[in-house]
Amino acid sequence: MALPSARRLLLWTGLAVLIAWVLVPIYLVALGAFGGRLGVFRWPKSIWPTDLSFAAMSQFLAIEGVFNALLNSLIAAGLTVVFSIALGAPAGYALARYTFRGQNAYRLLVLLTRAFPLAILALPLTVSFIRLGLYDTPFGVSLIHTVLALPFAALVTQSLFMGIPREYEEAAWVFGCTRFQAFIKVILPLALPGLAATAIFAFVISWNEVFAASILTVRERTLTAYLLRILAESPLHYRFAGGFILIIPSVLFIFAVRRYLFAVWGIASK
Amino acid sequence: MPARTSWIPYALIAPSVLFLGALFLVPLVQTVWLSVSAGDGLSLENYRRMASDLNFSLAVKNTFLLTLVVVPLQVVLALAMATMVTKLDKGRDLVLWVLTIPLGISDLAAGLAWLALLQNTGYLNSALYALGIIQGPVGWLSQETPVALFFAIVLAELWRATAIVLVILIAGLQLIPKEFAEAAEIFGARPWTRFTRITLPLLKPSLQSALILRTVLAFEVFAVVYALGGRNFPVLAGEAYVWQNDNQNYGVAAAYAVLIMAISLAATAVYLRVLRTHPEQLP
Repeated sequence: MALPSARRLLLWTGLAVLIAWVLVPIYLVALGAFGGRLGVFRWPKSIWPTDLSFAAMSQFLAIEGVFNALLNSLIAAGLTVVFSIALGAPAGYALARYTFRGQNAYRLLVLLTRAFPLAILALPLTVSFIRLGLYDTPFGVSLIHTVLALPFAALVTQSLFMGIPREYEEAAWVFGCTRFQAFIKVILPLALPGLAATAIFAFVISWNEVFAASILTVRERTLTAYLLRILAESPLHYRFAGGFILIIPSVLFIFAVRRYLFAVWGIASK
Repeated sequence: MPARTSWIPYALIAPSVLFLGALFLVPLVQTVWLSVSAGDGLSLENYRRMASDLNFSLAVKNTFLLTLVVVPLQVVLALAMATMVTKLDKGRDLVLWVLTIPLGISDLAAGLAWLALLQNTGYLNSALYALGIIQGPVGWLSQETPVALFFAIVLAELWRATAIVLVILIAGLQLIPKEFAEAAEIFGARPWTRFTRITLPLLKPSLQSALILRTVLAFEVFAVVYALGGRNFPVLAGEAYVWQNDNQNYGVAAAYAVLIMAISLAATAVYLRVLRTHPEQLP
């Protein structure tokens, strides 16, 4: 349905404003990150790139602790991906393929997690984590991040497996595959792109989480926890450098999963 | 095959049940327990200390005010975005990608991005200076300018978290059959009538999910506030963090956590009741 040209112009103007609204702050924090110490205090500022240099960024990365924090963020996010897929995908498969007693109770448990501010649960966990030796480890952080990502992974993989016809599996059984072989050879390859999207979401959830990571770490901080800790005393250009490093992977991740975004949330928000 | 229940589904869900039991249900009970125990017995001492804290009433007020301003604005903005995007025939994917970018950005990073814009020698002040509105750098994010700081936080939250509402609403819009609007159009319904009488009611389940998710997260707001204003703008989650990390008082931190959980649950219950859909109303 073609719009009249006046309304079309209005529509594109509106969209241009919205696109600028999203992109401008990212552009400005990038300028801050690459503008160096002088750029940060320059007055008045130009919205064009001036005094660009990698100095501020490389100085920031060279600060003691930053590299380690980056590494910890990657480890915690990687473990979160592994745990939430390993625990969530079997559950999603069970929900998609079987009817069993307690199914609704399980769904309720998963949905219940949405009504709670989950990161807050990190508060009592500090005590148990200290006792178990999990405090101040990326592993411990990944456990609480998995609580955030797991319900999501279970719901999304459920819809994913529901979208793959049961007949494919049954055909494989007829040809002599065991259930497990049928799953590995027939279902898994078909589910792989969706699983990858789920994994990326789990990664982003962990990469971005601030509260739990800050509570559960002292020395082995993730990047978000580290930035939060130094926020008050660090100079502005370091803050912008840190903010920029946090933003870049997110932008790429959203690009990678853009096809799945709506399917995934259509299901997860049911 | 599905006729009799086998052990297989139980084996498949068992790991996640155990995990959620250990890391969701147990800490939930622990939080409540921590909050009501002091010394060696049950007591409301932690809650008393929480309530008598200097920042407490301010934190409650700020958190509620933020949620009440941010969440409705986000829904309206996301509805406007979704309506505009669905009218596109060219470049739809690209526009959607850009509009959903903030979905992947953390609250901390969002706060820092807006700090670049709003700090004393930042871009907003430079623009105002160029227009001759201000004479030199002005601080917007200090304790002396609580209103400006509040709006800065609202802007950053709108920027960051509208994308999730947009995604949920677009996913919901895709589920509404086109025939409904077409039929209404044939019967002469104006666009606004079609929107309020067809789209909005059918979008109710998605709106409910979006509202629950956003409200729960809004009561948890923390890092955006910290990045922009430090401790100049107390919020509930921030106070919980301070009591736990700086004051090392787990009991009071737990009391804050229980308060946040209670508010979140109450809000969820309200949304479930007010926005309930009867199955026969669904397409």
